[in-house]
Amino acid sequence: MALVLNEEQSMLRDSARGLIADRGPVAQLRKLRDDRDASGFSRELWKEFADMGFAGILVPEENGGSALGHVEAGVVMEEIGRNLTSSPFLSTALLGATAMKRAGGARAGEILSKIAAGQILLALACDEKSKHNPHHVETRATRAGNGFTLKGAKTFVVDGHVADLILVVARTAGGVNDKEGVTLLAVDPKAKGVSVERTIMVDAHNAARITFDDVHVDADAVLGEVDNGARIVSDALNVGRAAVAAELVGVGDEAFDRTVAYLKERKQFGKAIGEFQGLQHRVSHLYCELEVTRAAVLKALQTLDQAPANAAPFVSLAKARACASTNLAVQEAVQMHGGIGMTDAVDIGLFMKRARVGQELFGDSRFHADRIARLRGY
Amino acid sequence: MTDLETFRRETRAWLEANCPPEMRTPQEDDDDRCWGGRNFRFKSEAQKVWMQRMAERGWTVPDWPKEYGGGGLSKDETKILREEMRALKCRSPLDSFGIWMLGPALLKYGNEAQKKEHLPKIVRGEIRWCQGYSEPGAGSDLASLQTRAEDKGDHYLVNGSKIWTSYANHADMIFCLVRTDFSAKKHEGISFVLFDMTTPGVTTKPILLISGKSPFCETFFTDVKVPKENLVGTLNRGWDVAKYLLTHERDMIGGMGLGGGGRPLGQVAADAVGVENGMLADPLLRADIARLEVDGWAFQMAMERAGDLAKAKQAHPAYSSFLKYYGTELNKRRHELVMTSLGSDGLEWESARSQEGEALRAWLRTKANSIEGGTSEVQLNIISKRILDLPGA
Repeated sequence: MALVLNEEQSMLRDSARGLIADRGPVAQLRKLRDDRDASGFSRELWKEFADMGFAGILVPEENGGSALGHVEAGVVMEEIGRNLTSSPFLSTALLGATAMKRAGGARAGEILSKIAAGQILLALACDEKSKHNPHHVETRATRAGNGFTLKGAKTFVVDGHVADLILVVARTAGGVNDKEGVTLLAVDPKAKGVSVERTIMVDAHNAARITFDDVHVDADAVLGEVDNGARIVSDALNVGRAAVAAELVGVGDEAFDRTVAYLKERKQFGKAIGEFQGLQHRVSHLYCELEVTRAAVLKALQTLDQAPANAAPFVSLAKARACASTNLAVQEAVQMHGGIGMTDAVDIGLFMKRARVGQELFGDSRFHADRIARLRGY
Repeated sequence: MTDLETFRRETRAWLEANCPPEMRTPQEDDDDRCWGGRNFRFKSEAQKVWMQRMAERGWTVPDWPKEYGGGGLSKDETKILREEMRALKCRSPLDSFGIWMLGPALLKYGNEAQKKEHLPKIVRGEIRWCQGYSEPGAGSDLASLQTRAEDKGDHYLVNGSKIWTSYANHADMIFCLVRTDFSAKKHEGISFVLFDMTTPGVTTKPILLISGKSPFCETFFTDVKVPKENLVGTLNRGWDVAKYLLTHERDMIGGMGLGGGGRPLGQVAADAVGVENGMLADPLLRADIARLEVDGWAFQMAMERAGDLAKAKQAHPAYSSFLKYYGTELNKRRHELVMTSLGSDGLEWESARSQEGEALRAWLRTKANSIEGGTSEVQLNIISKRILDLPGA
């Protein structure tokens, strides 16, 4: 499969680019932030995502979705990255929909239909520590009555503050760091014993810390099988990682483009600063880093579509690369903008903030380079 | 079954039947390569047979047109042939500057007689070419070259000298940049000519490098007569040919960033530093190797994407500068880590244990990667100017 977008994918990119630049630009993020908006994202834009078929991008046709692939999802994420758009697309349309598809069953089918229609928001509650470590699950669900009692705490739950349903990774068997023995539970955030603390992050996007204090959940809250949730979670995480990698490509590209434009426009010592070789070589090196990452991210997305069973190392490669190159891009961007880059009035600092959060989400470059080293046996 | 699937199946069957087992082992070093040429001494009968069988089908250069001896394969078929050769671990049947550099330039700029004369001999490994570009006073500033060719009616008379001429002492022919107009601006007085290395007045002198090897020569021309029909393209427009050819050279050198066969670095390091809990016992070395592996594997995908972009006619004409820059810097990083992983065992210059310092010599050789074919700094200049359109670049 060629490592370029095909015609349909290019058309999708053009329409996503138009919609998101128009209806979810950086200015919108600023307004949400400055107004201390209760949702932290634009519900109007989310409705348009549903109308455009983006909310149901991974949802099967029988559930009213567009049944597209991960390359297409990545195309949308890249545009979200370019505009720093705050959107439940990742939490609901990608992580949520993937978990529901893998879980199967009538309940998951209903949720998928609601995702496609833009009628439900989901949040995946996985991390418990401040560094991503998906096998570390202390949150425990113990059998009680016709269901379970849930106790524990989750952090960095993206969109947890607005979710209608929280997908909780809970331990039902084995020890704290066992790979297996976890169950995925759909928990109502309004249930007794659930407390949700909205955490406004540095990038003005939102997450939550959620605690479960002896929360009773019925047996029908189980998604997939009891003790067998690890596969669902790892599939959802891999889709999330590749998607965030695509978003980071968008963040890095936009920071890069704005910086190159600034180098041509800003004058010092009587000439455009882009004439100085000291800056030319740095920005050209950055161009190369971004090109290498672009190939790795597209490859990961294609592999998720074509050979999902083999996708894990490709996904880790994509995330490791995207974290590193986008981090370089935003740092160079601020430095090359000089003093003006340090001001809140200019957007470039916002790209650095989003990049910082995107790196931490679902494993940073170290986490994923380590995963590749383990897979290679060293 | 689609045509391409059929092609893949038949190609695999043919390779299995025709590639000798000795040619399915990893190449140890540069000396194992088959370069062809009038005086080439094959290392083994298998090497000779493998080259000849592939050449008969034109598969030494699978994507050149059949009329010039090539395989006439489409880009998809060529990709499949390469994939199947990799899968069966087949060695390259023939490497040459004729294939990588001169051929593409002749296909674009050569006249019919030149294509008919030279391309089939490249495909069959009969003529080995070298490249006369750099001069003692013209390195990064290649266009300031001074080797002159004077019009003597029925021939050009060439005088001057070249340097860093790879394998000039083994080459049969040279493609050479010469100045044909001294009054024009430096880029506009250059021509591209071909001549035989046995012509009277041509001498070569190998240069001993830090690796202890001599892959490069100084090459001297004293009153060398070059037939006029050996001018490629238009007189004084040789810079166009030179630049086009350089993009192919850059692709070739950038490809070195992919790393060869050889043992995975993780294993090499495991021997030196040991393993604890399934991980290299030196965590910082492990991290360095993992980072290199991430970048190296991603670069492999970037190379693949570059090919797909070219096929889709979406590639920027200066994209090869990115590949050259990144690939060569990566290759240097890789060999630095090889040396680090080998530790003091790797430092033995003359011992059977170290195979006469094989890893050392390879490490030293990589230092030229980011110099030859345009330095890393020149590539960054090209990216600044042609891709990013920065002012004054």
